[in-house]
Amino acid sequence: MKIVYNGELNPRLCKDVLGETIAEIVNADENAIYLDADLMSCISTLKWAKANPERAVDCGIAEANMAGVAAGLAVAGFKPIIHSFGTFASRRIYDQIFLSGGYAKNDITVIGTDPGVTATMNGGTHMPFEDVALYNALPGATVIDASDPVCLISVLKQCQNRPGIKYIRVGRKQLARIYADGSELEIGKAVTLREGTDAVIFAAGLMLHEALQAAASLEAQGVSAAVVDCFTIKPIDADAIEAWAKKCGAVVVAENANRHGGLYDIILEVLAERCPVPAAVVAVEDEFGEVGTQGYLQERFGLTAAHIEEQVRTVLARK
Amino acid sequence: MEYQEQKDLRAFAIRIRMAALEAIHSIGSGHVGGAMSIADTLAVLYGREMNVRPEDPKWADRDCLVVSKGHAGPAVYATLALKGFFPYEELKTLNRGGTRLPSHCDRNKTPGVDVTTGSLGQGTSQAAGLALGNRIKGRKNRVFLIVGDGEAEEGQCWESFLFASAKKLSNLVVLIDWNKRQLDGYLDDVLPMGDFVAKMEAFGFDTVMVDGGDVAQIAAALERTRAGGDKPYAIVLDTVKGHGVDEVEQTAMNHSMPVTDERFERWTAELRQKLEALEG
Ligand SMILES: Cc1ncc(C[n+]2csc(CCOP(=O)(O)OP(=O)(O)O)c2C)c(N)n1
Repeated sequence: MKIVYNGELNPRLCKDVLGETIAEIVNADENAIYLDADLMSCISTLKWAKANPERAVDCGIAEANMAGVAAGLAVAGFKPIIHSFGTFASRRIYDQIFLSGGYAKNDITVIGTDPGVTATMNGGTHMPFEDVALYNALPGATVIDASDPVCLISVLKQCQNRPGIKYIRVGRKQLARIYADGSELEIGKAVTLREGTDAVIFAAGLMLHEALQAAASLEAQGVSAAVVDCFTIKPIDADAIEAWAKKCGAVVVAENANRHGGLYDIILEVLAERCPVPAAVVAVEDEFGEVGTQGYLQERFGLTAAHIEEQVRTVLARK
Repeated sequence: MEYQEQKDLRAFAIRIRMAALEAIHSIGSGHVGGAMSIADTLAVLYGREMNVRPEDPKWADRDCLVVSKGHAGPAVYATLALKGFFPYEELKTLNRGGTRLPSHCDRNKTPGVDVTTGSLGQGTSQAAGLALGNRIKGRKNRVFLIVGDGEAEEGQCWESFLFASAKKLSNLVVLIDWNKRQLDGYLDDVLPMGDFVAKMEAFGFDTVMVDGGDVAQIAAALERTRAGGDKPYAIVLDTVKGHGVDEVEQTAMNHSMPVTDERFERWTAELRQKLEALEG
């Protein structure tokens, strides 16, 4: 695995990466099957799906049914991958994915696109800030906030043979270029993107770019901040959290989700039990979403590098 | 219906299309197909059938509209702006940060929007609850509910339809925009819905099917629903996704489309021509 972050975007659209990777997985594994709920054209699978109707099933606009059908397919020996927008892939199907899926031990990979502010023009009704919390509360679930297209590919492939419910949230557009093409990221292992000594920023998804920008700016002001990629929110890499908290003595968590029930809470549990140090968060302050560009929404909900810098200073003052 | 009124409603429908396109063009892209297919129905609802007060949008005895296919927001906003619920110019704030006009209908943001929708299916149950509540309160008003044909794939729609007929909600009128297409293409290729008229009848609705692009037929069907009785009403609107703008109709995947300057000019010119032919 190689880190190649330089502040630029990975040129590939995540929706194209999703489309290609899903097709690749299904083509390679006779037990893989992909289901969607009328959003195939949103993740570039429609054309391939039309040529493979047995293994790529459009369930129509009926997400809860899709989750139940996926569970039945699992009983029949398949390893289903299902997709919808993050809101519908979490809230809308929660009871079905929880009981027919998790509780019944039917292994399913769930892809929820447009997490948090990346839902932009679809607005508040389509903006999941709570998907992470819901899946964190599902026993045995794996919860991923994809860092970049490379992470997405690596994680999707691992999920195929991982037990339980796997929830992957990822936008459809571009993300920062963080890892070199072909890098593998092990689910459950946090990745250090930047070393530091004064404070550590644990971040995921689109907040990694903001965290790295904040760390660079802080360095110019004489503050050394580490940045750690927590793309696996659950199971959290508790050892890495503990080690970094011990080393720096101050923690900031940055996530594109509600501050309640997400990465921040999971990290606070680790800190409380293993290494209590001052902590702060950059996340959505218990609000519903709204419509706008991603830039507008990141400002509106306080999800920028500047907000991270501010929280690092706050937490340093409490050290 | 008088010929003049028919002409006025047709002109209103064209103006709704033009205004919706103006709004979508101002932000660059949006849900064009499903906004166009419902314009004629919106024209008849707000131009003839519904009892509303633009100056008092929250008037308790108003007729309510629930647009459960909430992504048709731009067509609804166009209609409300033309009716004077808010300034026409505000249409150009569609989807901008801080706007009162978000892509999906929001009762807390837009004057004249009665119910928040956007997660398909959810408007149907809210409409049933609203109709039941109005009846319990003794109000004489009615609730009109617009449902997408693709949206009808959601099980929740059928739970609400069952409820509405069990509770004899004859103050509820369900309008199904049978435009044959959903997001991934034609319903018949994704998940065929079969015979909507037979389904709604089987669910206990007083049901008719009309040409959803013909204001006279829509008006006549709506007029029937004033009679009350002990069944909720369903009107299946036989429509075309993108109706009213040739190029949009003919674009197979017209759910969400960029509206470039060029397209906007061309499409608006077509609509202006139709308006002139109508009004001279
Ligand atoms: C519960 C839910 N699932 C998926 C979507 C995404 N979505 C928005 S519109 C649409 C297609 C709707 O098709 P239809 O109801 O036929 O509307 P129309 O063709 O009239 O635009 C989809 C899948 C959504 N808004 N809500």
